Amino acid sequence: MGAACAYYCTAAGLRVEVVERGAIGGGTSGAGEGNILVSDKAPGPELELALLSSRLWRELGAELGAEALEYEAKGGVVVAGSAETAEGLRRFTAGQRASGVHATDIGPDELFALEPRLTREAVGGAHYPQDAQVQPVLATAHLLRHARRRGARVHCGTRVTGFVRDRHDAVIGVRTDSPTAPVRHARWVINAAGTWAGELAGLAGAPVPVLPRRGFVLVTEPLPRVVRHKVYTAEYVANVASGDAGLETSVVVEGTRGGTVLIGASRERVGFDREISLPVLRRLAAQAIGLFPFLSGVSLLRSYLGFRPYCPDHLPVIGPDPRAPGLLHACGHEGAGIGLASATGHLLAQRLTGAEPDLDLTPFRPQRFAEATA
Amino acid sequence: MPISPAEPGPAAVHDIVVLGAGPAGLATAVAAAARGARVALVDAGPRPGGQYWRHRAGDDGAAHHDWDRFRRLRDGLDAHRDLLDHRSGHTVWHVERTGAGFTVHTLHAGRPYEIRGRTVVVATGAYDRQVPFPGWTTPGVFTAGAVQALLKGQGVVAGRRIAVAGTGPFLLPVAAGLAEAGAEVVGVFEAGRPLAFGRHPFTVVRNAAKLAEGAGYLRTLARHRIPYRTRTTVVAAHGTDSVTGVTVARLDAGWRTLPGSARTLDCDTVAVGYGFTPQTELAVQLGCAMERDGDGSLVARVDSRQRSSVDGVYAAGEACGVGGARLSLIEGELAGLHAAWATTGARPDRRRLARLLRRRAAQRSFAAALHRAYPVPGGWRTWLEEDTVVCRCEEVDVAAVRRAVTELGATDPRTVKLCARPGMGLCQGRVCGYATAGLVAEADGREVTADDLRGMAGRPIAQPLPLGVLAAGADGAGNEA
Ligand SMILES: Cc1cc2nc3c(=O)[nH]c(=O)nc-3n(C[C@H](O)[C@H](O)[C@H](O)COP(=O)(O)OP(=O)(O)OC[C@H]3O[C@@H](n4cnc5c(N)ncnc54)[C@H](O)[C@@H]3O)c2cc1C
Ligand SMILES: Cc1cc2nc3c(=O)[nH]c(=O)nc-3n(C[C@H](O)[C@H](O)[C@H](O)COP(=O)(O)OP(=O)(O)OC[C@H]3O[C@@H](n4cnc5c(N)ncnc54)[C@H](O)[C@@H]3O)c2cc1C
Repeated sequence: MGAACAYYCTAAGLRVEVVERGAIGGGTSGAGEGNILVSDKAPGPELELALLSSRLWRELGAELGAEALEYEAKGGVVVAGSAETAEGLRRFTAGQRASGVHATDIGPDELFALEPRLTREAVGGAHYPQDAQVQPVLATAHLLRHARRRGARVHCGTRVTGFVRDRHDAVIGVRTDSPTAPVRHARWVINAAGTWAGELAGLAGAPVPVLPRRGFVLVTEPLPRVVRHKVYTAEYVANVASGDAGLETSVVVEGTRGGTVLIGASRERVGFDREISLPVLRRLAAQAIGLFPFLSGVSLLRSYLGFRPYCPDHLPVIGPDPRAPGLLHACGHEGAGIGLASATGHLLAQRLTGAEPDLDLTPFRPQRFAEATA
Repeated sequence: MPISPAEPGPAAVHDIVVLGAGPAGLATAVAAAARGARVALVDAGPRPGGQYWRHRAGDDGAAHHDWDRFRRLRDGLDAHRDLLDHRSGHTVWHVERTGAGFTVHTLHAGRPYEIRGRTVVVATGAYDRQVPFPGWTTPGVFTAGAVQALLKGQGVVAGRRIAVAGTGPFLLPVAAGLAEAGAEVVGVFEAGRPLAFGRHPFTVVRNAAKLAEGAGYLRTLARHRIPYRTRTTVVAAHGTDSVTGVTVARLDAGWRTLPGSARTLDCDTVAVGYGFTPQTELAVQLGCAMERDGDGSLVARVDSRQRSSVDGVYAAGEACGVGGARLSLIEGELAGLHAAWATTGARPDRRRLARLLRRRAAQRSFAAALHRAYPVPGGWRTWLEEDTVVCRCEEVDVAAVRRAVTELGATDPRTVKLCARPGMGLCQGRVCGYATAGLVAEADGREVTADDLRGMAGRPIAQPLPLGVLAAGADGAGNEA
């Protein structure tokens, strides 16, 4: 998220410094997948953001090189296992189409033509040609590389420990743990601290409720390309939108360029617990096999986990914070922060340079949580 | 004591599950069972003995050192059969922490098993450390340990004309074993200068027995007229389908090649080893505190009772520091006594503990002296070409690793792994982890740290396992159990 902000702000002529306590992509971005999905979103402000993002990622792919980002518009296939689910999915796609999503309802024959190894128990589904992906760490690295070329400075291994305020209490910079540059002044500060953004916002006295939602991903041994799209069950959409603390797994299966198959991802609210959970891995494996029976004999090589930054209302926090003038937020994108990074960076750059915004940021305003409790 | 296949229902809980049946694990299991603890001893191999006593079925031990000790340990396994459940052919893919202790998940003959214990002892040993050089992925280039394992485990001599290269005292037994088995060893090329060992006379005297062993190997080499060259190594292997020869060059103290010293030698096989890398993923999985040892390896930190930083987890042998079979035996015995004490209350004899600790200290200072005598300085990086492969699983070359740092801004091996894929393949960074960490640190203008090594050493799934087997676990979708 920070990288996209740096990219678009430098493109708009702003001078940018990026302060990162670890390594680039070392937060959740290096611990998730890089799906850029429109398929999993119901009509509403997040879908608007996703559609804009999808277009911007296509442009970024052209500008920075699709190879470099491993940008691939392979499309998504959503699978319904029962006639009832298929019917629900058809209602869902109809709503999406009205909002500008390309979604085609398909029957079993088309489904098996798109994904020959899919379980024959599938009764129908939908095809979403707009769904794409990037490799998140490569995307982050290349966005920053271009930002650096336009003058941005990137300080890795430097933690923000507080904010600098002026007489009117406006934010005019950050304090860091760097002995050489303990204070960095800036006209604006963007909080893109992901799952730790709530903590950072707290330091500015402008709290935003960003919490961790853990996810595991399984990676198989390399195979010849056998899974061609992002394939997931229709139940996935319900899970993404759920606020349930309990474990939810609804698997997304896809092949990667390296030949490995990625199986993701679970969702559960367990704080920052890094301990591997075999029940979760087992469920992911079982669901993946349910979609693609041949996976049963394929070896699992590794698994990893990350903590999605989520807000209680499942919308990101994007825009200036009236409680701390000079501070803007770009956080809380939950399981879509790679996909939504492009539009978020672009809209904030428009905001800072006074350009006409492509989208209204009101639904994402940081003060909405305080309003709700007021 | 039966162990249960992975299916719901209550199962036996051992006091101690020992992971690895090399010298350390064997010594642990026998010492603990002798104190009345219920022990499971788990190893992937078909027979106990680990790296040191790797042998064929029916082996009489003639070619092995300390075989008597091995026989006694094996007899100990038999003698305590009522308490000691020996599981060979069980590959551990994960160790799970549970309320009551630990569940060790294994794969045996294609089926999942769960072995439960109140404590675990990580005794997973070490494997050859490799540094890349041009041609090192050519068929015919082996690790010294693989050549040794072929010989000891299967009675197979790896080639006809063999060059042995790298650093460390273990090159000598490998070369001697090959010569005795009838191979022509064209030379032993020791990149270091072990004479430097003389600078630590105190530890050397205390371990005269060990040195005599080395002298014995040197005599074998002399008898077979095998040249032994120090400050010299194989810096390139030639051949496309298989090795046809090597380039050997002299090195300075930092391991840069001396100009004009390169010469080529004909051979069909190369055995290379630059010390050892401890097999630590199970310790890392369990969250044990790790540190960088004197030889630059990542090891589990242990106290005077072989306890790691995690409650109930012990470590013994090379998983907590490379130091040879004798140190592994001592650490194993200590771990066994203490884990038995902690789980059964059987208090070990104080004098026995004191004696073990004294011997551990002596062996450790000997190991530390060895580490100082056989360092791996960073000059190996100057032997590389830009297109030399670093990660053979994913075919990542030196240039790609360096580019991830210089162009993409990565500052640590983990980020480089995510950008350029070294360590993402089948071996999960076991082979290329050390080299990747070294290249990244160099490109980032600093020394390698424990965190760098850790970034390449974490393997939540220690060994590949079929998804169907994973899914079939306790709460899976009901596939074949
Ligand atoms: C299993 C899983 C699968 C996912 N799959 C997808 C997917 O397919 N598509 C998708 O779009 N999204 C996906 N996501 C979500 C996505 O990864 C996140 O939404 C996204 O990475 C968030 O990016 P970010 O830049 O906001 O956060 P991060 O990448 O976490 O970046 C925040 C950075 O801020 C730094 N930081 C924090 N505090 C400080 C401080 N005080 N000082 C300095 N630096 C600080 C952190 O070190 C971190 O690097 C997935 C997530 C998970 C866990
Ligand atoms: C070529 C060579 C020559 C040597 N020569 C000498 C010598 O002359 N003198 C000397 O003192 N030492 C020598 N050594 C070193 C000696 O072999 C080691 O010090 C000793 O074997 C270490 O004992 P250990 O019990 O710690 O580990 P190991 O002997 O390596 O045993 C570890 C065991 O753990 C098992 N294991 C690991 N991971 C798993 C898993 N995930 N699942 C199941 N099982 C697992 C392995 O199968 C192995 O059996 C030599 C080593 C080599 C390679």
